[in-house]
Amino acid sequence: MNNRTVEIGVGLFVALGIAALFMLAMQASNLSTMSGGDGYIITAGFENVGGLKERSAVTVSGVRVGRVESIDYDHTSFEAVVSLRIDAQHDSFPVDTSASIYTSGLLGEQYVALEPGGALENLVAGDRLQLTQSALVMEQVIGQFLYSTAAGKSEQ
Amino acid sequence: MLDALQHLGRATLDFFERLGRGHLLLLQMLAKLPGLLLRPGLVLVQLYSVGVLTLVIILVSGMFVGMVLGLQGYNTLVDFGAEDSLGVVVALSLVRELGPVVSALLFAGRAGSALTAEIGLMKATEQLSGMEMMAVDPVQRVIAPRFLAAFLSMPLLAAIFSAVGIYGGYLVGVPLLGVDDGAFWGQMQGAVDLHDDIYNGVIKSIVFGFVAGWIALFEGYDATPTAAGVSRATTRTVVHTALAVLGLDFVLTALMFGD
Amino acid sequence: MPKTKSTENNQIQDAVVQIRDLHFSHGERLVFDGIDLDIVPGKVTAIMGPSGTGKTTLLKLIGGQLRPASGSVRVHGEEVPALRRSALYQLRKRMGMMFQSGALLTDINVFENVAYPIREHTRLPEALLRDLVLMKLQAVGLRGAADLMPAELSGGMARRVALARAIALDPMMVLYDEPFTGQDPISMGILVKLIRELNDALGLTSVVVSHDVHETAAIADYVYLLSEGKVVDHGHPDALWDSSSAWSRQFLEGRPDGPAAFHYPAADFRDDLLRGGRAN
Repeated sequence: MNNRTVEIGVGLFVALGIAALFMLAMQASNLSTMSGGDGYIITAGFENVGGLKERSAVTVSGVRVGRVESIDYDHTSFEAVVSLRIDAQHDSFPVDTSASIYTSGLLGEQYVALEPGGALENLVAGDRLQLTQSALVMEQVIGQFLYSTAAGKSEQ
Repeated sequence: MLDALQHLGRATLDFFERLGRGHLLLLQMLAKLPGLLLRPGLVLVQLYSVGVLTLVIILVSGMFVGMVLGLQGYNTLVDFGAEDSLGVVVALSLVRELGPVVSALLFAGRAGSALTAEIGLMKATEQLSGMEMMAVDPVQRVIAPRFLAAFLSMPLLAAIFSAVGIYGGYLVGVPLLGVDDGAFWGQMQGAVDLHDDIYNGVIKSIVFGFVAGWIALFEGYDATPTAAGVSRATTRTVVHTALAVLGLDFVLTALMFGD
Repeated sequence: MPKTKSTENNQIQDAVVQIRDLHFSHGERLVFDGIDLDIVPGKVTAIMGPSGTGKTTLLKLIGGQLRPASGSVRVHGEEVPALRRSALYQLRKRMGMMFQSGALLTDINVFENVAYPIREHTRLPEALLRDLVLMKLQAVGLRGAADLMPAELSGGMARRVALARAIALDPMMVLYDEPFTGQDPISMGILVKLIRELNDALGLTSVVVSHDVHETAAIADYVYLLSEGKVVDHGHPDALWDSSSAWSRQFLEGRPDGPAAFHYPAADFRDDLLRGGRAN
């Protein structure tokens, strides 16, 4: 086995390995979709964030415009404060934009959906969304359903 | 009764003695690693026999494992109408678990056993002893380069395995079973985290490479220098590496993804 | 250094290897039980004894690959077991060893095998190295085999290559581990001639470990006979033939029975047979 074969083989092997790592990082992971600190942050208070996590998607009309940056609990307002990092190119949301936490599909991940309002002023970094709708908690939904059914029956 | 006790005691002592010798060799190998910077040629040759020659089995197995994941994942997910998540299932299974673990097992079978047999035979034919008498340190000259090559190759092999596997899953899922192309990659990119999943997978494979190389070289170096001894050592390499890799995988998974 | 223990040798002062009161055990088995031995420069010293007397172990003790339980092993005046690793390696560069199996590196060819110690320890230009290796190969008559792989060599040729490698660094002393075992008469003749001629031409000191009495006696200047962990007899080979020791004569003449019994110790043969199929 001569030296050249060995060197070419090893070169090929290392190149292939690095290409594979690169492919995993770029093609298969969130590195390609990570805005990496770009954009601006707005916050929103929710009564209940349910299963929302950091790095969950933020969408408008189903289009992803950002990610959840952090989730904290505010001891003065007694609610969860979610920081949303919105990509820089989406910089024209009205100040009365509302935020809701939805679930994609029946068992899917939870995400924040924004719904633009009609105000003329636009949101800027650090603003807080006023209109929010919490995540649906299954127990509450079932409870409400049972309650309304019972109420409906008693009215008859 | 006493005989059985004596047997147990003997076995325990032997076990600890081997463990001690194993760690001694590890220390020697680690101490000799910096010296290898002066002789990169030695490592290059070993990268060839340890890494390049393992490549074919890694490529073929990765492709098939990915294809099977695609098929099985699709059949399960389609019942929930969630076949768009196929990319997530394939990528996460490969990057987190199957890539590092299966390539380590294949590595033990292909490269580990070869290392043990080679070192064992060098010992049996007095080549190691001969080197010592020529004032050449066999740990420096023979063992350490192989060790370095083993744990340099392992992350590369695991990454290649995962990448090829993801393409295998893609080939089965998208052109064959009709999963949406955008959803396959998009959902994957949404769910696979660079740090949590890919870095941790690479860390796993580095640990596995370290352990696989260590076991293979120790078994060879510690082999009884006879034909039967070398064959026993080779078997032990494959068995012990497989057990160590699977056990460590559990521990590492618990540490990395436990919370 | 207890020189008082050496009773009979008169060249102690300039001995290359000086072993005094050497004890060594292999696991539970006592291999050496107090050995005194001197190897004189420029001579061929043979160490003979039946298989399993630890002749190879003795070479490994001289080379520092094993450590004695007690006693002293001095090579070129240095106490081998006490040497630090680097000093030991320096010392080993001045010794060559020819292993029974040849111990050639199987993945490189004959030329590279002989070049190996030179490449490892010196920075010679390639042209000079080539001349040097070819000289060593010429000395053992295998210059034409330079491009062969070790697997393509016969046992005798492999040993000659090993010999060329052992003298590659121009050592002071060459240790031969069973150089004649399992050789056909021609290879044996070549090796006998080589050992003697190289010793005289290069001014080496040679230590030959062997149980091939006639070949060894033919080239040795001095012979030590080992048995059961002790030096049984030593002297010039001719003197040993007239030795009064019954054991020495049995070994040298190769008689099947004598002080070293033909039968491995066992219970009475008749009793053993009569016991028949019954378990004991």
